[in-house]
Amino acid sequence: MAYSDQVMDHYQNPRNVGKFDDDDAQIGTGMVGAPACGDVMRLQIKVNDLGIIEDAKFKTYGCGSAIASSSLLTEWVKGRSIDEAAQIKNTEIAEELALPPVKIHCSVLAEDAIKAAVEDYRKKLSDA
Amino acid sequence: MKAPVYFDYAATTPVDPRVAQKMSECLMTEGNFGNPASRSHKFGWEAEEAVELARTQVAALLNCDPREIVWTSGATESDNLAIKGIAQFYKGKGKHIITSKIEHKAVLDTCRHLEREGFEVTYLEPGSDGLIRPEAVQSAIREDTTLVSIMHVNNEIGVVNDIERIGEVCRAAKVFYHVDAAQSAGKIPIDLSTLKVDLMALSGHKMYGPKGVGVLFVRRKPRVRLEAQMHGGGHERGMRSGTLATHQLVGMGEACRIAQAEMSSEAARTLALRERLWQGLNDMEEVYVNGDLNAHVPGIINISFNYVEGESLIMSLPELAVSSGSACTSASLEPSYVLRALGMNDELAHSSLRFSVGRFTTEEDVDAAIAQVRRAVEKLRELSPLWDMYKDGVDLDSIEWAAH
Repeated sequence: MAYSDQVMDHYQNPRNVGKFDDDDAQIGTGMVGAPACGDVMRLQIKVNDLGIIEDAKFKTYGCGSAIASSSLLTEWVKGRSIDEAAQIKNTEIAEELALPPVKIHCSVLAEDAIKAAVEDYRKKLSDA
Repeated sequence: MKAPVYFDYAATTPVDPRVAQKMSECLMTEGNFGNPASRSHKFGWEAEEAVELARTQVAALLNCDPREIVWTSGATESDNLAIKGIAQFYKGKGKHIITSKIEHKAVLDTCRHLEREGFEVTYLEPGSDGLIRPEAVQSAIREDTTLVSIMHVNNEIGVVNDIERIGEVCRAAKVFYHVDAAQSAGKIPIDLSTLKVDLMALSGHKMYGPKGVGVLFVRRKPRVRLEAQMHGGGHERGMRSGTLATHQLVGMGEACRIAQAEMSSEAARTLALRERLWQGLNDMEEVYVNGDLNAHVPGIINISFNYVEGESLIMSLPELAVSSGSACTSASLEPSYVLRALGMNDELAHSSLRFSVGRFTTEEDVDAAIAQVRRAVEKLRELSPLWDMYKDGVDLDSIEWAAH
């Protein structure tokens, strides 16, 4: 199967790979997927007092499209409010990366990841 | 981009130049182009002679009678002919078939088809070493069993089943035994004069012959009868009609001749290459061989790189032609059914690559592969949250994953 140039670009030069401290109150973590299904994404956002995402990091176990979806997502969420970030749709990611139908689930996973990260951050905020 | 190095000899092999030469002599006006079934002129007689020589060469490799060789279009057709042919011919005696969960799709799908026609099929589980136990075959045989189909060498992991003992079990129970030998013929010795095997499927293109040709061995003593699946001019003693493709059969014959003449030296060389590859990788953390290496065909090794997903690993290896799972199933996103049948967890099954080396693989190729695989695995582990968790001592099985 041939990959799109956009997928190859993110795959070969993934942006924002890494890990923040889970326990930091500024950090929201979304971990989605399952090893048994062949992909697991961990997306983390660092949110400032104004609710703006200052930084994002990811690590992904999965195919090239899953890695590219999460790499792209970290670029997109930076500078957005958490509300805006939670609105990102998988179709936008799939379109930007020109994912074939068999890889759409990778973009769905990325959407789930950002939603989970925002939710985790909100939960921390309300628990604090 | 320069062509990747070929590590997929189990999917197919290039045609040996000696084979291609013989084939090219059977195509054009000045060559041996006649129809082997033409009885009225020299063109037909010469083509028939070439086909019969090829048949003798195949028979010599397997140590059987040339009259026991039926030409087909490949191992898939041979498997179909053997399994459907026996099942249908002997359905008055019984409608039960035994096979294993790690057969090639040509066997599994044929069995599924027969199930829809009212046959019953038992699918034996391999051990975690990938092998089918003769005892398991023994205990699955019933009064109404007519056929056992257990492969010689598994195409994904390369393990070698004990077809000698399985054959003895079948013969004692008066059940026919079919062996898919696509991955073993020409690679390891097969002696049909002693093996209690009734049918055996071979493929030309796995042994440096052309694609589109194979054979089915059908034993004469004790006699095995088949219901033909292809009807027509009654070629191949009525078992498989269709004009014989002289150049293809001559190619397969020559491929068998070479395989037989060079088997021991080639097996030693291929084994050394495979061992070199494994030696170059096995000091990495969390890297496992799938299937028992002590019962293995020389050219194939299947390795799991834990915490790295197979498809992305292949994507990181653009200069290597390897496969994750078998080529026949890798269009799907499912992990290999063979590895799952070994009882391996899904992550490890998702993390596996099959490397297969052969006649034209060099030590330099292997060294290049080692360097590239190491680099790719390290890179992808840096990207892998599972690797992080492993390094942090988190038990992945303790986490409740949301399957999707």
